[in-house]
Parts: sequence; structure tokens; C-alpha cells
Amino acid sequence: MSALQHFFAMGGYAAYVWPAYALFFIVLIADTIAPRVRRQHVLRELRARLARQQVRQGRAGSISTPTPPSP
Amino acid sequence: MANWIPLWLHKLGSPPTFYRFAGTLQPWAMALALLLGAIALYGGLVLAPADYQQGDAFRIIYIHVPSAWMSMFIYAVMGVASFIALVWRIKLAEVVAMESAPIGAAFTFITLVTGSLWGKPMWGTWWTWDARLTSELVLLFLFLGVIGLYHAFEDRRQGARAAAFLAIIGIINVPIVHFSVNWWNTLHQGSTVNVFGQSKISGAMLWPLLTMVLATKFYYAASLFRRVRTDLLALEGGKDWVRKIAEEEADR
Repeated sequence: MSALQHFFAMGGYAAYVWPAYALFFIVLIADTIAPRVRRQHVLRELRARLARQQVRQGRAGSISTPTPPSP
Repeated sequence: MANWIPLWLHKLGSPPTFYRFAGTLQPWAMALALLLGAIALYGGLVLAPADYQQGDAFRIIYIHVPSAWMSMFIYAVMGVASFIALVWRIKLAEVVAMESAPIGAAFTFITLVTGSLWGKPMWGTWWTWDARLTSELVLLFLFLGVIGLYHAFEDRRQGARAAAFLAIIGIINVPIVHFSVNWWNTLHQGSTVNVFGQSKISGAMLWPLLTMVLATKFYYAASLFRRVRTDLLALEGGKDWVRKIAEEEADR
């Protein structure tokens, strides 16, 4: 058995050791990615809100008095 | 604010200052975590000799024990931050407490599953209602309870205060987890690593473990900084400094 094969065999405990390490990395990578995704989402929403606000302010500037509804 | 708190600390508590501070430290913390983690993995998986009784299965220790320590450490940080948030109403303390909870839950989950993967070949069972295992499971439920309560409120700050209260009550479980192996002599082994005395583990096996403990500490710092920064942007959405960041990042 080569040294590498010997390493991956983990003395017969490969089925327990490697899934444990895999889980460790999967969970921590997910924990790293989640806030990045959320950050993009938060900033995109904020930009959309600012854009809407600008449009509303522009409209308010051009029409000084809103037309009252006819009775 | 009490005047014994130094001015720099007071300033650090302001969201825009902390946002910049965390942004500067975050890459360094992550780089240290990755470097130390790589060294620890090489030491633990390659250099350390196999255990005379457990063979290579003992190598799960290098992620199981650091994760277990982090689960308690993060709970303690969350508890202290919650206390500060409730007493002094500091927004940053609320954010630190609430953003610690998912990281703590992640480490607690890793602890339970890797422990299960270790228990099967060594104890012959995936799970048993041993005192240590049960109290660690309660710790996971406490983290999940804090996350759930926080998100159950429409108003984020109100949710944070309710969840902070739960976090403080739940801190009683941290010493129970720690001393469970002494108080109830059930299946889980006692502590092997002794901070103040002689550890019951050989140096070749110990140094990768302690290196991994440091790596997970730096990882927590990096993850917390990243999460707190994101949360501050969401909470302070109406403020000028956040607006500036949103516009700057749109140009890129």
C-alpha cells in the first residue's frame, strides 16, 4: 500500500474520520458564504429604495399641487 | 454612559466606526485562521502518531474538541454581549450577541455530529443520553431558540432584546456542559487537556490541537466581523454612511 493510500485509509477508520472533517468544512464554508449573500441582498434593496425615493422627489418637484379628486 | 468607559471604547461602539474597524481586521483574522488551520491539519492528520487504543479514529479530536470549546466560548460571548445590550442598550452589543448565535449553533452542530462519528467506532453507538452529550444538545437548542426568537419579531431591536434575555437565562447551561463529565460519571471521557497543569496527552498530539483551537478562535472573529458588518448595514439602512457605501458598491 502506498503512503497516500495508507493516509486515506486512516487505519480502517476512513468512514468515520473523513465525513467528520468534510462536515466541519461544509458547515464553516456555509457560515462564510451566508453573510456575503445577505450583504449583497441588503445593499441591492437599499439602492432600490434610494432610487424610488429619488423618483418620488422628482415628481413632487414638477407637480406642486396634486389635483383634488372630482366630487 | 458611565464616564469610566474610555473614550475610544465608546467611539468603537458607534456603528460606522465599528464597521470600518471590523472591515480592517476581518481579512487578517481570516488569514490567520486559514494559516493556523492548515498547520494544525497537517500536524493532526499527518505528523501526530496514531493512538495506541483508538488508532487513527482519535484524529477526530482535532475538530471535535476545538468545536466543542468554541460552542461554549461563543455562548459565553453571546451571554455577556446580551447582558451589555439589556443593561446599557448598546446597539452594537445586540448585534454582536445576535450574530454570534448562528456561528455558535454551527460549532455546536459540528461538535455533536463529529462526536457521533467518533462514538460509533469507539463506544459502539451513534448516540446515548450521556450527561455531556445531552447538555451539549441543550446548548444547540438554546442557540436555535435565540435565533428563532430574534427572528420572530417584526421589529429587529425588540427581537434582539427578547432573545438576549433568553441567552442570559441559558448561560446556566455552559458550566453544566463543562462539569458534566465530573458531576455525572457516564460514558463521555473526562478532560484530557489541562490548562493549568499537566495534560494527559503527548506533546506530538497536543500541539496540533492547541493550534486548531487558536484557528477556530480567529475564524470566529472573522465570521463575527463579517456578520456584524452586514447586520449594521441592514439596521442603519436610512443613515448617510450606509447610503454612501451602497452607492460606492453600485459603481463597482
